Amino acid sequence: MTIRALRDDYHGEFKDSLEKFGGLQLLYLGWDKHQMFCSSRAFPLPPEMRFQELLDNVMPEAFGQHPEFTQINWNKAQWILDNSAFQPDHSKTLTEMGIGHKSLLRLVTPELTGYKGAGI
Amino acid sequence: MSRVQIAFQDNDESRYIVAAIKQDNATAVVHYEPAMIRVENEGSLIIKRDTVSEQIGMEWDVQALHINLITLTGHIDEDDDYFKIMWNN
Amino acid sequence: MSPKKLNLKDKYKLLTRDLDWEFSYEDRKEAFPYEEFEGIKITDWDKWEDPFRLTMESYWKYQAEKEKKLYAIYDAFAQNNGQTNVTDARYVNALKLFLTGVSPGEHAAHLGFAFTGRQMGGIGARVAAQMQSIDELRHIQTQIHAMSHYNKFFDGFDEFNHMHDRLWYLSVPKSFFEDARTAGPFEFMIAIGFSFEYVLTNLLFVPFMSGAAYNGDMATVTFGFSAQSDEARHMTLGLEIIKFLLEQHEDNLPIVQKWLDKWLWRGYRLLTLVAMMMDYMLPQKVMSWQEAWELYFEDAAGALFKDLERYGIKMPDYTDTIKQEKEHLSHQAWWIFYQYTHAAAFHTWTPSAEEMDWLSEKYPDTFDKYYRPRWELAAEMEAKGERFYTTGLPQLCQTCQIPMAFTEMSDPTQVSYRESIYNDERFHFCSDPCKSIFDNEPEKYVNAWLPVHQILQGNCGGGGLDKVMEYYHLDDGVANLDFEGSPDAERWKDWKGVA
Repeated sequence: MTIRALRDDYHGEFKDSLEKFGGLQLLYLGWDKHQMFCSSRAFPLPPEMRFQELLDNVMPEAFGQHPEFTQINWNKAQWILDNSAFQPDHSKTLTEMGIGHKSLLRLVTPELTGYKGAGI
Repeated sequence: MSRVQIAFQDNDESRYIVAAIKQDNATAVVHYEPAMIRVENEGSLIIKRDTVSEQIGMEWDVQALHINLITLTGHIDEDDDYFKIMWNN
Repeated sequence: MSPKKLNLKDKYKLLTRDLDWEFSYEDRKEAFPYEEFEGIKITDWDKWEDPFRLTMESYWKYQAEKEKKLYAIYDAFAQNNGQTNVTDARYVNALKLFLTGVSPGEHAAHLGFAFTGRQMGGIGARVAAQMQSIDELRHIQTQIHAMSHYNKFFDGFDEFNHMHDRLWYLSVPKSFFEDARTAGPFEFMIAIGFSFEYVLTNLLFVPFMSGAAYNGDMATVTFGFSAQSDEARHMTLGLEIIKFLLEQHEDNLPIVQKWLDKWLWRGYRLLTLVAMMMDYMLPQKVMSWQEAWELYFEDAAGALFKDLERYGIKMPDYTDTIKQEKEHLSHQAWWIFYQYTHAAAFHTWTPSAEEMDWLSEKYPDTFDKYYRPRWELAAEMEAKGERFYTTGLPQLCQTCQIPMAFTEMSDPTQVSYRESIYNDERFHFCSDPCKSIFDNEPEKYVNAWLPVHQILQGNCGGGGLDKVMEYYHLDDGVANLDFEGSPDAERWKDWKGVA
């Protein structure tokens, strides 16, 4: 059952549904094995943002503080979208690539092993 | 068998309760820790009103242990004359 | 002939249980409307055994005596400027975490037990819950009084109630209690009365109170011991409720087991804050989180679960995960707060070389490999004048609401990600147990007021960190940021006459 409640017809209020974000959608961005950032982070973005704009404008804000950031080769970078391997098209929009509201996008850079090679 | 334990604030009332416990529970072990006296025993532990009264030198009410009690483990059996803790296994 | 005196057991019975009555013209189900919806079956409330037999006049008599002793010590502490005797001003940040995070929980427990006390059909349970409700109110009051003296000299205390309802990390304890209070009376009793107040209580209280004792905080130590005697009663109530439910009907077993599984996990995640406090916030350390978990759970709970085995209760599966996580938990938690302390109402700092050596010794398999490098990076950045405060807002677990910084025990450098799709919406979790709590009652957890999402929806003062800080009543440069250079640190140096 979906909840143990006094009324059979009880429904919770979906506090984070898409329409509550003023036309934007939430995207969580994480960089695997770079635990300088304790967790992935939440960004409200326009669904029509192109992947290249994500790389140019959002990634620096998300991960620019890391000493290895400038070494990232964006053409070789691997991606995991919602726990599946993902090949972005840099010219397409988030929506066109199936990146939906509250999706989780993880950057994987196997050749960059983090601060002191410790995954940080 | 599991151990029960009871702990009191380390002060001049508790020392008499602990002395009574030692008298009535031959195998009880007493630990003195910062600000606390902790007593352990196998299976069960009994605090008898008469023994405490004798030790403390005046009539002692079993429920007065609430003033100095810190914590305990086990099931409780309580009456006017005694306070007992025990495990059933 | 002298009049016969009632013995303790008879007196208690006459003054509590025997005041109950059979309804002759009202439907009992209307008087106790919440007793059945959880699926719990009670066949005979008379089988409830009163753990402690305190009638009202005994209760007030002994509680009053405890209060007189307690407040005399608070007075002495204040009159003697006891706040100058703590080992270091860093310690006081543990108290800020306590007042903003734990004390409002006492109030929530007070409300919860009052509600539950009214809703349970059995008079014995109602009386016990009522007393616990009054105890919990006593606890928040005595905690506020203990901390009020520190509030005169340190930042981060004065808006504790306002902050509890708003700050990103305080939604963790707040949602824990709200989950319990919005459950039915029997789940509340198992969640708080048993899992929290019995199984896990020593992991909350002993670290804070021993931490106080080891760091010269007389006020908090005294509060702790004074509250613990109330806690002894709470523990026995918790033990009685689980015993009673399991003995009433065999159909209660799977329901109780599921609640135990859920609430031990939720309680454990809540204790993340305690783990971090023990290992990183005490200038004079008591023991490591790992040691505390081994002593107060692995050893102590062993005896308890052995007792419950006869009913068919099993230790939850994930206790193996918790066992592995004990070597990681505190480090991951302090790292979260270190980088987000610009938006927190207490200070953080990098551990000193001596403290890191202590951590190495206590965590030989994990600290040097996974966590020391983080502090080396932090120190490097600090030395360059770029003390690390992260940009952006963390992804939070939908259930426990903690930033998703926990890692896979099979690979501690890999963040744990779990998800569920419900009603076409994606939800994220830090772990399998948090995910399964959601999956079991998704209509409950979609209601979660997740601070990060609320900020991004503009519900926390509007856009921008400065607006959020206003919403939090957090003045920049006062209670937040690194301990070094804080007003607290400067005042401490003044008192101690050091540069």
